[in-house]
Amino acid sequence: MSLTATDWRNLSLSALALLAAACLPWVVGNYHLTIGVTIAMYAVLATSWALFSGPTHYISLATAAFFGVGAYVTGIGLQHLPYWVLLPLAGLIGAVMAALVGLATLRLSGVYFVIFTLGLAEFVRQIITWGQNVSGTKGLYVLTSITERDIYWQLLGLAALVWALGWLIGRSRLGFALRIIGDDETVAKHSGINTARAKILLFMVPGAVAAITGAVLAPRYVYIEPALAFTPMLSFQVVIMALLGGTGRLWGPLVGVIPFTFLWEAISISFPNQTTLLLGVAFLLIVYFLPRGFVGLIEDARRRMGSEGAR
Amino acid sequence: MDILITGLLLGGTYALIAMGLNLQYGMARIMNLANGEMLVAGGFAAFWFWTAGQLSPFLTVFLVFPVAFALNWLVYQVFLRPLVKRAKSRGQLEVDAILTTFGLSFVSVGLMLAFFGGDYFSYSYLSVPVHLFGSTWGANRVAAFGAAVVICGALWLWLSYSRAGMTIRAIAVAPDSARLVGIDVRKMAALAFALGGAVTASGGALISTFLTLDASTGVMFTLKALVIVIMGGVGEVRGTIVAALLLGLLETFVATVIDPGLTLAAAYLLFVVILLFRPQGLFGKRPT
Amino acid sequence: MTEVVLSLRGVTKRFGGLVAVNGMDFDVAEHQVMGLIGPNGSGKSTTLNLISGAFPVSAGRISLRGTPITHLPAQDIARRGISRTFQLVRLLPSMTVQDNVMAGAVFGHRRRWGHEAEGIAQTMLEKVGLGGRGHLRVGQLTYIDTKRVELARALAGEPRVLLLDEWLAGLNPTELETGINLIRALRDEGRTIILVEHVMDAIRSLCDTCVVMAAGSKIAEGTPDQVLSDPAVIRAYLGDDDA
Repeated sequence: MSLTATDWRNLSLSALALLAAACLPWVVGNYHLTIGVTIAMYAVLATSWALFSGPTHYISLATAAFFGVGAYVTGIGLQHLPYWVLLPLAGLIGAVMAALVGLATLRLSGVYFVIFTLGLAEFVRQIITWGQNVSGTKGLYVLTSITERDIYWQLLGLAALVWALGWLIGRSRLGFALRIIGDDETVAKHSGINTARAKILLFMVPGAVAAITGAVLAPRYVYIEPALAFTPMLSFQVVIMALLGGTGRLWGPLVGVIPFTFLWEAISISFPNQTTLLLGVAFLLIVYFLPRGFVGLIEDARRRMGSEGAR
Repeated sequence: MDILITGLLLGGTYALIAMGLNLQYGMARIMNLANGEMLVAGGFAAFWFWTAGQLSPFLTVFLVFPVAFALNWLVYQVFLRPLVKRAKSRGQLEVDAILTTFGLSFVSVGLMLAFFGGDYFSYSYLSVPVHLFGSTWGANRVAAFGAAVVICGALWLWLSYSRAGMTIRAIAVAPDSARLVGIDVRKMAALAFALGGAVTASGGALISTFLTLDASTGVMFTLKALVIVIMGGVGEVRGTIVAALLLGLLETFVATVIDPGLTLAAAYLLFVVILLFRPQGLFGKRPT
Repeated sequence: MTEVVLSLRGVTKRFGGLVAVNGMDFDVAEHQVMGLIGPNGSGKSTTLNLISGAFPVSAGRISLRGTPITHLPAQDIARRGISRTFQLVRLLPSMTVQDNVMAGAVFGHRRRWGHEAEGIAQTMLEKVGLGGRGHLRVGQLTYIDTKRVELARALAGEPRVLLLDEWLAGLNPTELETGINLIRALRDEGRTIILVEHVMDAIRSLCDTCVVMAAGSKIAEGTPDQVLSDPAVIRAYLGDDDA
């Protein structure tokens, strides 16, 4: 299908926005650059999460598992392989893991998938911890000359890749198949869609992306250990940001990530002991008051303005 | 032999916890991911009454049960009923319930952190040795197992023979037909949910006599209970008990022979095997 | 005799202890409209669900143009050219009418894409009488129009066999006439159709042959006039007490 004028406009606007974001390190200080990295990281994770969970309604809590594995790929691989090989390698491992998880669970109901993905990070963490106990090693030092700026730019590049991929999927047969699956899986099957294959293929995207993100961020931690790399909090925050923004549109998660990062920053400073409680409250607020996220609010507002304009 | 008995003792308590979750998921149709927090709360209550008033945890159960029942009934009415009402499909309800109960789980962890702090809680109750089958066991484990057997048995009798129990099982098997024969499905679902929470909290009070708990361990127990429920078959009472004993055995085996840090990993592997080869559970019927 | 397109041999479905479909045998020839009729609960819809792969067959064989399709998953059966509608209409609520029909064209028997798929969708919408309404949301449609969309989606897969599960049920007399004419037009195009139906007028005027089911088994087979005068069929419909 060819590109329309609107497509060209959206593409060039996105490219401009990305360019502007790329200039951030020259404009702001270290503190704000750190926040920039956090935003870029969650934008990548939440957008790729929504690519899968938006249309299929399967809630994945495996982000931390893929992320942690990616971080370990950098941590271990750095001693043996050149850096530029590590990111694709992490992506490959993440995609294969996701495919295996998908094969085991995506034929079944959504509840099994949630539990399976929630347990995955914990499973990998226990295995790695055990492996370290047996071999007598502790954590891993990741010493590189990679700076915060480099990490920021890499994440931005990754984000551009994820958006481009999401846009292409949206225009492809696979994207159309997923919209049908999201609406009615029975109809999808009887229309000739291999629903299991479509879901597994799509789940490989967040798997690979989260693993690459972990690989990119590993140098930032300097020292990685299982409890840090596989923190379950990461999975939950990704879910919350994506839902807050809304999963119906490609740009939706970003709209959730930016305000939530600032809000969370403020909360962590003012109420360091109540973060868990407030995260729970955020979950509840979204389910009851923002079931379609900010995207839903924006679209309702637009529709209202549109119908008034037509009158 | 030691592993066998320790495993069975642990499994007995697990059965109680999983039974609570199974009542909520199988009968009230809500996958309650805040189930583990209810357990921890029950454990905290037992801890508090023991340290503050020297009240035996086995007596605390009589207090925990009705309070947890009321609390869960309230949670169902306030948070879950609106979701059941607005859900257009089973899938939508499932997603909403998962997100809500996660939210509730975080809120309860947060509240418990605020009230009790982040420390580990353990107390010494009945930690005298008893001699059984030529070995020595903590009396608290044996007593907790006994209490679990009594509660499970009472629950099983109630579900099998009382009118309300049979009604609840009817909902689990065929919710639509149950409505047709005049069962108030919504009322019974609230009842099943409340009962499930009460059973889990009682299990928590019992388990706290021999396990160390802290405010954020709930999710571990939720995961284990889920593995048991899925292994035993959703809505299956006997299956749940057998699966819980199996998990208790497996965990004890892994902890003694390989590494205590791998118990959850072992439970998870078991879950994977079940999903791949018998997704309807050991005793569940193949879905049609 | 024309070529047999679909054939069932000893097809059986058990749900636990209940035998819902018991040893069904029949053939559907090319360009033929076959009515699958019988009282409520006789296993007609279950038979249709077995053909389309909605649930697995317990015993027996189903073949499409001589190739066995018995244990294929639903999506493969659809791709090989069996399209269906559902007893309770199932449309894709978040999509437009056009996209609903496109679903059939893109993933059905011929797997079209792009302008080609759009073209097929439009042709099928016109065929069922919804030309120019493709932009509507499915929530805005009347009941008969939702049935038309579902039919258009099934047709857009360019199937070899079309399965209609009580497509005429719930229509008022005027709509019923429109509906019967629509299916007649499909028959005149030379399509092969299996019709699960209760409406006797439709069966008489549309079907070339009929298979009558009662309690999961075939009790009669022949032209509509033959089977509807068969004493066994009358007994099945009226109940044993009245016979």
